[in-house]
Amino acid sequence: MSDLKIRPIIGLEVHVQLATRTKLFCPCELEFAAEPNSRTCPVCLGLPGALPVMNRQAFEYAVLGGLALGCDIAPLTKWDRKSYYYPDMPKNYQTSQYDLPVAFDGSFEILASDGTTKKIGIIRAHLEEDAGKNMHEGLDHTRVDLNRAGTPLLEIVTQPDIDNADDAYTFCVELQRLVRFLGISDADMQKGQMRFEPNVNVSITTPDGTEYRTPISEVKNLNSFRSVRGAIEYEIQRQVHAWEDDHGYTLANKGKQNYGWNDAREVTEFQRGKEESHDYRYFPEPDLVPAMLDDSAIESFRARVGELPLARERRYIECYGMTQKDCEIILADLPTAELYEAAANSGADPKTLTKQFVGVWNQLASTHNTTISRLGINSEVVADLAKLVDAGTISASAASQIAEHIYKTGIAQTAGVADIAAKLGLIQERDEGRLEAWIDEVFAANAQAIEDALQNPKKAKAAAGFLRGQLMKVSQGKADPKLAGDLIEKKLNALKDGAD
Amino acid sequence: MTQIDEQQVRHIAHLSRLDLSDEEIAQYGRQLGEVLAYVEQLNEVDTEGVEPTAHAMPVSNVFREDVPAESLGVEKALQNAPDKATPYFKVPKVLDQQSA
Ligand SMILES: [Zn+2]
Repeated sequence: MSDLKIRPIIGLEVHVQLATRTKLFCPCELEFAAEPNSRTCPVCLGLPGALPVMNRQAFEYAVLGGLALGCDIAPLTKWDRKSYYYPDMPKNYQTSQYDLPVAFDGSFEILASDGTTKKIGIIRAHLEEDAGKNMHEGLDHTRVDLNRAGTPLLEIVTQPDIDNADDAYTFCVELQRLVRFLGISDADMQKGQMRFEPNVNVSITTPDGTEYRTPISEVKNLNSFRSVRGAIEYEIQRQVHAWEDDHGYTLANKGKQNYGWNDAREVTEFQRGKEESHDYRYFPEPDLVPAMLDDSAIESFRARVGELPLARERRYIECYGMTQKDCEIILADLPTAELYEAAANSGADPKTLTKQFVGVWNQLASTHNTTISRLGINSEVVADLAKLVDAGTISASAASQIAEHIYKTGIAQTAGVADIAAKLGLIQERDEGRLEAWIDEVFAANAQAIEDALQNPKKAKAAAGFLRGQLMKVSQGKADPKLAGDLIEKKLNALKDGAD
Repeated sequence: MTQIDEQQVRHIAHLSRLDLSDEEIAQYGRQLGEVLAYVEQLNEVDTEGVEPTAHAMPVSNVFREDVPAESLGVEKALQNAPDKATPYFKVPKVLDQQSA
């Protein structure tokens, strides 16, 4: 095996559930784990005579997704019936897109495992409906739940441009980040909102220069990043060994084969070839009209996509000094990123902003079980809060209290951030006269600590700290701690000089 | 006239999950041939310079807003089912084979 040249050839098919409230062709509400068949109507049950009507939001999400994947958007796109008989699809066809997908010919950049950036070609992205669910575990019959039938999916098909399992894994993770960033999918793996089907085969070149290609395995329905990586790694090994045992194990002889992934045993398992699976007899869906987009409509969608998360991450690390961890929070979605940038552009210090996004705003969001973008704050408030901390007007911990106050009152009712700070009594005292009066009070009441600070080198540091603490107490937390600390030190030095 | 041979009829019947007798296969083969021949008359129309279309009407961009409406509910949804195990539809056991 060592003198063979092995090159894996991997493409991915990914189904992403779009974050609409209702189904693709009917107004049944999408709700995870609702009572089986409670979210159904004549359209998604496939009853005769029912007519589908396209969900505008789903269509727009598909266009946004396609653009973000660098695709061309079809000026005219239509839907087709993909015929197959199976109880989870009672119409006996899936409404999908065949020859005119909404998006095609794209490429998507990932940070590859070798440290370079790689562009993965996107063949197409199209909008289709999901099927229902069949259940037969431990039963002598099959039970069908059609709540999922008609859920909008964006199916994304890549070129076979990936040559290792780690990069396939990274592609899937980056894709999840992208669709979440755009808000077009929650991409929650636990809820099956992202499903993967890797196509894997291997090019094997022998020392004499002959190239063999193993049969393509399509590994069906993976629903975790880990299983994508595991299934691909396993398939590469399995195919190379199968070819070593029998050089007739080639694509030319065997074609494409379906495999399933056994998560417990971490192996792929051969699935009986789907009979006549090629015979879907696609034909145009007569119940849906085509969708047309002119150039200006496409351009306005493009403007909504903007810079992608990976490029933003690079820029944020370079320009704003963020860490990758910071980026995870600030690049969670587009509104959060825009909020940050607007605040930075209005003159707030990026470092302080980053600290507050991660510390103050993100914590506030998680306390209230929401996201930064749903806190209802604007860039002015965010920038002002950072500026107040930087100016020493308020303390870092006061910032959290102010943020909480803004969230509770609502931005419309919010006076300026500085006014709130004043109202809550959180403005730090920086008037030296006031500070010195407090210091005098503290010094008068703590003779022992002053003696320690001046004459006992072992205790000097602790004593100074104690004095600072007393000052915060006397000032009821209002003293600017840094300025007060400086003044205490100055006064101690003056006493020392006087004693010498 | 377009000929539909026995093999093709069997294939189509299988795709449609229909169990046909030999007589029916002969009969449907003949009838399908006639239907196709009838439709083939369209080939006589001169379509030179006519843009292909996917739809009979010059209409596009018909959308519905993403606003939920009441679903049927389990009872009504299952009402006409030949068999049920409430709240599920009940069908003969099928092999697990994912297709979407
Ligand atoms: Zn419905």
